[in-house]
Amino acid sequence: MTTLPPPSTRKLGLVIDLDTCVGCHACVISCKGWNTENYGAPLSDMDAYGAQPEGTFLNRVHSFEVTRDAAPPMVVHFPKSCLHCDDAPCVTVCPTGASYKRVEDGIVLVNETDCIGCGLCAWACPYGAREMDGAEKVMKKCTLCVDRIYNENLPERDREPACVRTCPAGARHFGDLGDPQSAVSQLVFERGGFDLMPEQGTRPVNKYLPPRGRDTLQMPDLASLCETPATSQTADTQASGFLGWLDRALEKL
Amino acid sequence: MPSQPAPDLSPQVSDEVRKTTCYMCACRCGIDVHMKAGRVAYIEGNRDHPVNKGVLCAKGSAGIMQHLSPARLRAPLKRVGPRGSGEFKEISWEEALQLATDWLKPLRDTAPEKLAFFTGRDQSQSFTGWWAQAFGTPNWAAHGGFCSVNMAAAGIYTMGGSFWEFGQPDWDRTKLFLLFGVAEDHDSNPIKMGLGKLKARGARVIGVNPIRSGYNAIADDWVGITPGTDGLFILSLVHELLRAGKIDLNYLIRYTNAPYLVNAHDGAEKGLFLRDDAGKPLVRDRRTGRAVAWDSPDIAPDLANGIEIGGVTHLPVFRHLADRYLSPDYAPEAVAKRCGIAPARIRAIAAEIARVAFEEEITINQPWTDFRGVKHATMTGRPVAMHAMRGVSAHSNGFQTARALHMLQILIGSVETPGGFRFKPPYPKPPEAHPRPHAGHSPGQPLDGPQLGYPLGPEHLLIDDQGQPKRIDKAFSWDAPLSAHGLMHMVISNAHAGDPYEIDTLFLYMANMAWNSSMNTSAVMDMLTDQNEDGSYKIPRIIYSDAYSSEMVAFADLILPDTTYLERHDCISLLDRPICEAEALADSIRWPVVAPDRPGHEGVRPFQSVLLDLGARLGLPGMVREDGTPKFKDYADYITNHERRPGVGPLAGFRGADGTGKGRGSPNPDQIARYIENGGFWIDHIPQEAQFFKPWNAAYQDWAVSRGLYDSPQPYVFNLYVEPLRKFQLAAEGHGHRQPPDHLRARLAETMDPLPVWYPTFTDAITDRADYPIHALTQRPMAHYHSWGSQNAWLRQIHGHTPLYVSGSLWAQHGFAEGDWAILTSPHGRITLPVVRMDALNAHTVWTWNAIAKRRGAWALNDQAPEAMKSSLLNHLIHELLPPKGDGLRWANSDPITGQAAWYDLRVKLEKAPAGQSISYPAHKAQSSPLPAPARDLAHQVKE
Repeated sequence: MTTLPPPSTRKLGLVIDLDTCVGCHACVISCKGWNTENYGAPLSDMDAYGAQPEGTFLNRVHSFEVTRDAAPPMVVHFPKSCLHCDDAPCVTVCPTGASYKRVEDGIVLVNETDCIGCGLCAWACPYGAREMDGAEKVMKKCTLCVDRIYNENLPERDREPACVRTCPAGARHFGDLGDPQSAVSQLVFERGGFDLMPEQGTRPVNKYLPPRGRDTLQMPDLASLCETPATSQTADTQASGFLGWLDRALEKL
Repeated sequence: MPSQPAPDLSPQVSDEVRKTTCYMCACRCGIDVHMKAGRVAYIEGNRDHPVNKGVLCAKGSAGIMQHLSPARLRAPLKRVGPRGSGEFKEISWEEALQLATDWLKPLRDTAPEKLAFFTGRDQSQSFTGWWAQAFGTPNWAAHGGFCSVNMAAAGIYTMGGSFWEFGQPDWDRTKLFLLFGVAEDHDSNPIKMGLGKLKARGARVIGVNPIRSGYNAIADDWVGITPGTDGLFILSLVHELLRAGKIDLNYLIRYTNAPYLVNAHDGAEKGLFLRDDAGKPLVRDRRTGRAVAWDSPDIAPDLANGIEIGGVTHLPVFRHLADRYLSPDYAPEAVAKRCGIAPARIRAIAAEIARVAFEEEITINQPWTDFRGVKHATMTGRPVAMHAMRGVSAHSNGFQTARALHMLQILIGSVETPGGFRFKPPYPKPPEAHPRPHAGHSPGQPLDGPQLGYPLGPEHLLIDDQGQPKRIDKAFSWDAPLSAHGLMHMVISNAHAGDPYEIDTLFLYMANMAWNSSMNTSAVMDMLTDQNEDGSYKIPRIIYSDAYSSEMVAFADLILPDTTYLERHDCISLLDRPICEAEALADSIRWPVVAPDRPGHEGVRPFQSVLLDLGARLGLPGMVREDGTPKFKDYADYITNHERRPGVGPLAGFRGADGTGKGRGSPNPDQIARYIENGGFWIDHIPQEAQFFKPWNAAYQDWAVSRGLYDSPQPYVFNLYVEPLRKFQLAAEGHGHRQPPDHLRARLAETMDPLPVWYPTFTDAITDRADYPIHALTQRPMAHYHSWGSQNAWLRQIHGHTPLYVSGSLWAQHGFAEGDWAILTSPHGRITLPVVRMDALNAHTVWTWNAIAKRRGAWALNDQAPEAMKSSLLNHLIHELLPPKGDGLRWANSDPITGQAAWYDLRVKLEKAPAGQSISYPAHKAQSSPLPAPARDLAHQVKE
């Protein structure tokens, strides 16, 4: 068993906008590319060109349909990676201490040299956010790009997680959720950001922004918007018809 | 508590960043390629690049896996087994080039039209077209004919440009955005970035698509329209806007041909513009009641009243337009059932368009002067923007539907205004400013002009005195008069049939015509292998260039292996399909960030350099010096030194001896080095006063001339009414010298309407709904591009097979359960696929992913790969011809105006497959792979 440190004041994490995510998987592959080349062992792909390819991904996008009684069904794209929980069950369950939550910023990491690949942490995570690497047999998970966000070899503007930097729709935001004044905290406040599965008691740092209402367009009939509606259905030559309106409108130009 | 581990927080990311252009799709984003120890380690978006501004999609980030793909070819290949088998031997480049020269030289000397050279997702069309012109064949085009030519051509004829490389929504200002049809495949990152901007400020997005996936999933309002009825829906919106008078009359008078007077008298002049002696169209001046030239100063053009001259009535275009669309035929109630949209919904959308356009107008305090010399203190815009691409295009009514969409934008006055649709230079460019198509060939000579262009009447068709097509694909014939991008999808079947004539060599580049890029795939494979009685092939020779072991490779006699996109020079040229933004002129390059490396084999060469080598061996004009030696060392040399017009070449930036030339200037030997220094691209911003109203803005016109986009200012007005279309209609009515064959008269008269018109797709019109009750579509996954994604170890884990998505009602009707398979049948063929239920789907439509399915043996995939076992192509259900109608003729399954392949017209019958189905049908015999099986597992990391 590993103990969690006292909650940090700095809580780095992601805010993911479900209203904006188009499900393009840009974040999935950008993450794959960065983390294959960086933190720990490369993310392997078993049977890469075969019948059952199975690779390690630290971030995946799932799509759900939501059927509704009085409105058309919705589709929600749901990107999911480690939520860097305050009460991270994956840490407390780890028999070797390999799984840990950083004191300074709350990021949950796996120290691969101490990981014995027992898989208990993946079992304990209610979100399914950890993956055992098929080649290396160590547990892999989102590092929040800890090797980017503090990386002095990167220009300042690139010190953010790869998934955030690459997201074409701007649906992913990175920042300090422990600071109520931070841009991400403000976004969560304004848009009603929520915890994933709060009943699990994990107190995730990452937040999701809900989809805005869909299929709400309701407008009065167009004619009521018009001061001088062109009331006729046909282009007859009567002054009251469309041409009459047109004639009058042209005179006013 | 023990101290925590201290991971390395500042690892060295790379030794060097090389900035080039992505080629994982046609989007052409800027990428930062991180190099470690001379190898490609990591790819991310270039923050300074005008297209993607740092972001990158899944394909782009997976570029490293494409670059390292086990499907990469390694050496030139000469066929040794029967066609289609995939049995080859590796040969040297010298032998390959000599063979190609030996095949092509006699053709050029005797009958250059017997070479058919067609390129697919090629991004060097201005170069390949120039090469084909020098060779002397009229038979050249790229893939536009089976892609989105309807959208492109309708845009050019209507307003001088369309979406994507032609223009874009004003993402920063639009308040209402309407997206029609599948659009995930083109302009991918810019649209996602634009949608993100709209979402960030809460602008409304309306998605019109039978399927609520991708972008439609985040649309605030989803309209699950019946496929093929978008045009009718749009014209109903027009009906509502006209009825309410919610149109921008000022805009129509100033910037469109709405006031042009049209002859209303039966006869050879009917429907043509009334013109003065100088040929200028006339309008009625409300002040004097007289017909005057449209651009006369100080007139009040009339839209309501016409004039009568010598007993002939001439009415303004707008009057014809209002007469047509105010008809009850276009009322929401009249179209609702057909479109599958409730009348109240159509009204609400029309009302929202009107509200945003006219009650939320945008004014920018930027003075500007129009081409008439009138000064305007501000720029006023109507912040409603739209976008459409293949979903609307790939129907047999696609051209007119795209016209309707452009007309809708024009009627509300949003095109080229703040918040609306904006052109990207070198567009706007009306049809008159484009070339006409050419097909004048003779032995040993170059063609008499460019192959492709925009006909303005029957006089520009490429037909002989007997009316026979001059091109192998029958482009610019009566079958498809305005086929501005050619008809690549007809080449193989026409060449096989020897109709309109036989060819000798089919030369293809980067086009998977033996698989996902052809309709009727199985039959096309048969045509490519079909033999004459003497054992010779019906299509005598096939040369193909591709970087990868695609399905098409197996059908070629000679393979010229191309490089990956990280191993080559390219230019994304203003002469071609540029990457400009609405605010700026821009172009870019690719350069070899790594050298091609296929150890133990002859190696690969960039196709464009090979083409120049071949051109020099053939002695083609422009490719050899006077002494017969090659003029260009390679493609980079061509990019730098070729001039299309004096001072205008493939790249617009850093021209002239000192590198300061913009658009114009002599070749600069350091040009490519300057591009590399600048991050792989060049950008030149349009002056503020020239940013909007480009077709009519004097400052824009002058700036465009200074940059070499035009040689003189060319202001014009938008064509609500397209007179060239009327000229084809007149011919169909029996007027004029060039007459269509009788069997095409009725169709030409119906479809080549000078005002947008809707008619049911040809498939809908002839199909008995009892036999084929539902529509079937493909969508483009955002994470794949055509056939390329499946060889990519990362991307194929996102989309590895093609389930058939079935609506909830069809699911219940057929009693499907999870794990079941379906049989999908069209009049032409049958496929089987595993089913998945999806409710956010038009109830009478099924769909699957496009181009994921693979032939066994191709792309270096295992024979048991899900791409082969659990996947199929809708292409097997789609014939390039419609089923026989009993009139003794076979009609093309294409748009009758442009010839665009009508992929999305498909109707099918759905059945539950018998239990036990586990492999998709059809299952073609495997092709031999010229490559070894790849290593099973992959853990790629570049170590220092």
